[in-house]
Amino acid sequence: MAERSFKKEVEQLRLGEGETFSGEGILAITKALLESGVAYVGGYQGAPISALMDVLADAEELMTDLGVEFRANASEAAATAMLAASVHYPLRGAVAFKSPVGMNVASDALANLASGGVTGGAMIIIGEDYGEGSAIMQERVHAFAMKSQVWLLDPRPNLPSMTKLVGQGFELSEATETPVIFELRIRACHVHGSFEAGNNRRPSPTAAQAKAKPRRDLAKVAIPPAAYQQEKDKIERRLPAARAFIQEYGLNEVFGPREAPIGLVLQGGMYNQVLRALQHLGLATLDGETDVPLYVLNVTYPLVPEEVIDFARDKDAVLVIEEGQPNHIEEAVTTLIHKARLATRIEGKEHLPMAGEYTGSVMKEGLTGFLRVHAADMLTPALRAPNVPDDPPPILRPLAVPARPPGFCIGCPERPIMAATKLVQEDLGDIQMSGDIGCHLFAILPPFNLGGTTMGYGLGPASNAAFSAAGSGRRTLSFMGDGGFWHNGLSSSISNAVFNKSDGVIVLVDNYYSAATGGQDILSSRADNPTKSTQHSLEKAVRGVGVEWVRQIDRTYDVPKMKATIHEAMTTDVEGPKVIIASSECMLNRERRERPERARKLRNGESLTVPRFGVDEAVCTGDHACIRLSGCPSLTLKETKDPLRDDPVAHIDQDCVGCGTCGEVADAAVLCPSFYRVDVEHNPSAISRYAQNISHRIIAALQRRRSSGRVQFDTDAA
Amino acid sequence: MTRLDRIAARRGTPQESGLISLAILAVGGQGGGVLTKLIVELAEANGYFAQSTYVPGVAQRTGATLYYVEIAPRRSVPPVFSLMPSEGHVDVVIAAELMEAGRAVQRGIVTSDRTLLLASNHRILTIGEKAVPGDGTVEPDEVQSALFDEAKRSIVFDMQRMASETGSHISTVMFGALAGSQALPFDRAAFERVMQANARSDADLLAFARAYDLKPVSGQKDEIPTGLSVKPSGLDAFEHRLSGLPDSVRPMAEAGLKKIVDYQDIAYGEEYLDGVEDAVERGRDGTFAEAFAKHLANAMCYMDILRVADLKTRASRFARIEQEFTKGATPTYRVTEFLHPRGEEFIATLPAGLAERIDRSERAKRMVDRILNKGRRITSNRLGGFLALYAIAGMSVWRRKLFRHRQEMRWISRWRDLAFDIVAEDPALATEVVRAQRLIKGYGDTHARGSGHYDKVIEGIGLVRGRADAADWARRFIAAALADESGAALDGALATVRGFVDVGPQ
Repeated sequence: MAERSFKKEVEQLRLGEGETFSGEGILAITKALLESGVAYVGGYQGAPISALMDVLADAEELMTDLGVEFRANASEAAATAMLAASVHYPLRGAVAFKSPVGMNVASDALANLASGGVTGGAMIIIGEDYGEGSAIMQERVHAFAMKSQVWLLDPRPNLPSMTKLVGQGFELSEATETPVIFELRIRACHVHGSFEAGNNRRPSPTAAQAKAKPRRDLAKVAIPPAAYQQEKDKIERRLPAARAFIQEYGLNEVFGPREAPIGLVLQGGMYNQVLRALQHLGLATLDGETDVPLYVLNVTYPLVPEEVIDFARDKDAVLVIEEGQPNHIEEAVTTLIHKARLATRIEGKEHLPMAGEYTGSVMKEGLTGFLRVHAADMLTPALRAPNVPDDPPPILRPLAVPARPPGFCIGCPERPIMAATKLVQEDLGDIQMSGDIGCHLFAILPPFNLGGTTMGYGLGPASNAAFSAAGSGRRTLSFMGDGGFWHNGLSSSISNAVFNKSDGVIVLVDNYYSAATGGQDILSSRADNPTKSTQHSLEKAVRGVGVEWVRQIDRTYDVPKMKATIHEAMTTDVEGPKVIIASSECMLNRERRERPERARKLRNGESLTVPRFGVDEAVCTGDHACIRLSGCPSLTLKETKDPLRDDPVAHIDQDCVGCGTCGEVADAAVLCPSFYRVDVEHNPSAISRYAQNISHRIIAALQRRRSSGRVQFDTDAA
Repeated sequence: MTRLDRIAARRGTPQESGLISLAILAVGGQGGGVLTKLIVELAEANGYFAQSTYVPGVAQRTGATLYYVEIAPRRSVPPVFSLMPSEGHVDVVIAAELMEAGRAVQRGIVTSDRTLLLASNHRILTIGEKAVPGDGTVEPDEVQSALFDEAKRSIVFDMQRMASETGSHISTVMFGALAGSQALPFDRAAFERVMQANARSDADLLAFARAYDLKPVSGQKDEIPTGLSVKPSGLDAFEHRLSGLPDSVRPMAEAGLKKIVDYQDIAYGEEYLDGVEDAVERGRDGTFAEAFAKHLANAMCYMDILRVADLKTRASRFARIEQEFTKGATPTYRVTEFLHPRGEEFIATLPAGLAERIDRSERAKRMVDRILNKGRRITSNRLGGFLALYAIAGMSVWRRKLFRHRQEMRWISRWRDLAFDIVAEDPALATEVVRAQRLIKGYGDTHARGSGHYDKVIEGIGLVRGRADAADWARRFIAAALADESGAALDGALATVRGFVDVGPQ
């Protein structure tokens, strides 16, 4: 079950002609796919594409009715490989994943797919995770399109433009026998808006119908000698066909006056930011009228030389607005203009940063700089020659506002694993540790500070390979999540460690889902999924590839046990990789499942026990060692009102879900006796109430007895 | 004027065209997305185009999040909305936590010519603040005043408290406050219709109404008393001795005395006052004696098994837990204590003579530890568990005879002697010696680490003693020891001092 349910929104996918769709970008794209008559869809989750995968999963019934196949692929490479269905058959297909990481994984399949080319339209929808809030390394996907000769679509970020380009993208793909990449930036995926819907189209043929009449055409297989011919075919036939199609159907757009001394060439995805910057300069309206000519590239690869030259001709200067590096578009435009012997000056990264996101102020500054040089008369005097210094002193010192990095959620089952690891490290000394991709990578940040590298999904243990010789000193420790394990970690990391007789320790963090991407089910998920086969044991898989030393822990919150197991793995005499499978359900997903159930029991008067933790303020001495071993958001600090104390004490707020990590850590690390758990039984039975009454009555008498011998104060010492 | 200038002059700013932009800053999990959805619904139901965006991903896991909304009156063509806020052009900023409001100011999206700032002034501490062994919380004053200085209008109050008090959620309170601010061109009824359609319970409607009616208030903080304003009763026996203390020392001595008597008995209180009076006599001003009164009380009330058992078996604790966890309803509940006393703590609780013999033998110590050192879960509000703790707490009548007490008293006398030795020549430095007691806290390893830091600080004080800036250095040592657990900062400070001390006298 995914983190976010789209069951309600999915109803919008049934809309037909004449109706208006209103919702998020990613849902609109799904609708456009159905209107384009796709025969099959798939992909791999990861922000900002997770929501699209969740929409597809929630829409499975509707898609089955339409005859559309949906697959949750094993990886981005597997997803791209699925597009092979479009190679020989006139089937439209689309897969989605995040980029650039997903495209890196997919590039093998993409290169093969691109070489032979396709018959049916093949589309890869990528969520470009670049800029603020991104969880990954910063790169752009443009180079992949260039090297494989596939076409890169980059629509203006509004629902009508985006959905229209989906249909046009399939047509372009078919007209040029080339797969296309549909690039959506992270905010565009989540932009809320509306567009006029069309009717969904049944694929014809369907995948099942196509399969019934198998086809093969050697010319479309990437194998010599066809591969040499395909390399030429890409350039001599498909590329010109793409340029002709783009021109004929007007995929790129021109706005603003026909004649002006300057103009802007921009990626479609930059359009709204450029417009807003122009508005701030008084050169455009909210409705999109602009005084500066814009050439908007909804297709950023390939460029259409005739269009570029036509736009630049008779202009003094053109600014290329291209987010990220390298500046492929700017370089290509410069070359085109140079070869066409035009005098137009092409500028770009002189005014806008080579690296980093083009935010509102960056864009405005870049445009202002360009206009000051080439069209100063378009700027107001204040902008032309500003009096104020460019960089006013910061209003708040940077340190006045503390950074707020992400971390494990309240009750996260991965927290106790990391606490135990930290305790083992305190015992054994520092350990060479590698991380992987997934929530568990938060351990690399404070307060755990565990691990020094993350090399990619399923590659955590693989990245410790150089340190894995037996007898080479203290063992290495690697983390890998269940998501990474099934993505490719089983082969890349585990089997290969067996093969190389690696001596390291591998902790498999099993939280029952691909949790970091939003809680999608995977092979080892414990849930019954009506359309997928789940509940496949990680332990069996690990043993199946030859790991001898395997420990399964079914409650990661048992910190002493967790600690003892890691300690044993780090020190045992057994040869070969040591694998600990640490399993507990992702708390975010568990709470989503159990909270309504609890509410129902409360309403119906059924007995229900809810645990929550507390800290004895008087017992806590304010050292915060517990926090350094936990980082739980609900374990926080509280100022005491006691003038004798200098430091705030630990405090557990109302959001505690009673996972027990803090108490377990206090036990395992022998920290302090401040923690207690209160199990509140709602709607208790008469017996339970009676037993408590008796206990409490005797206890109260004893308490009275002791306090009578003690000096009493107005307020309690605690 | 050129042709283009004339065109430019016709263009209004986005806001003049009816655009209203809103940015919502929250901590992941606070419901920024819910509020965003409410605002979009409100705008679309009332003749406006609306667009919202956000950056999902890891920030939703407890990090800082930003949602952005733009709305504009309906027109023939849909407006071109921006996908992110531009500095200096945001009309409404809603921040669900004090430092997130500060972050909005830092990002430049709160400006005095335009922005209405709606902010909750409660704190959700960051991990960086919480993890410091001492007090790492960032001073809120700078942000507090920036919220008022930098915005055109500010509505700042504790939205989280209002949400808890009404049983609702902070996103609902923010929506109510937004309605009440009248920053958007929609009336109360329009807001209420959206609220009605989205309310999960009556609590949401109540929270909305209360936030709507709220008058803008300035940021206010609960006063934390630094002295005792109410004179405690039960100290009659000490009335005479307390009144003999200087005004600057008396409140702290009263607080200390109260803690001491509560910890042990009247006689222990007399011992304590002996020490305080001694300090008053030796110190030139009240600062030294006040610090001494504070830290002597803390040192004398060391945390041992008896004290923990005592605190955990008190009626007042039972009442507090019942109040906090059952909220006046009538469920049953069980309180489970997470205890892990080590062999050392058991030995410390033995009579001094016996314990010292065990303490001398490593083998005996190891054996005791092997048998006794394990985690113990005790249900303290059921008879069995309670009686065990109650019996341990009852042992405090013999506390003075126990090994731990002897150890603590030895420590106190060394500490006191050093401070008294220095106070005549350098009262400020002596005060820092006294304050270094603060470093000793916690249990087990934490306690051992704190003691180690204390020893290093005292060693450092030995190095700088006699210098004019000795007290400043001592303060630096203590701050360094509290700043990080590893003690690296403290070692660094000590190395610096050794560097110039070795060179010779200044």
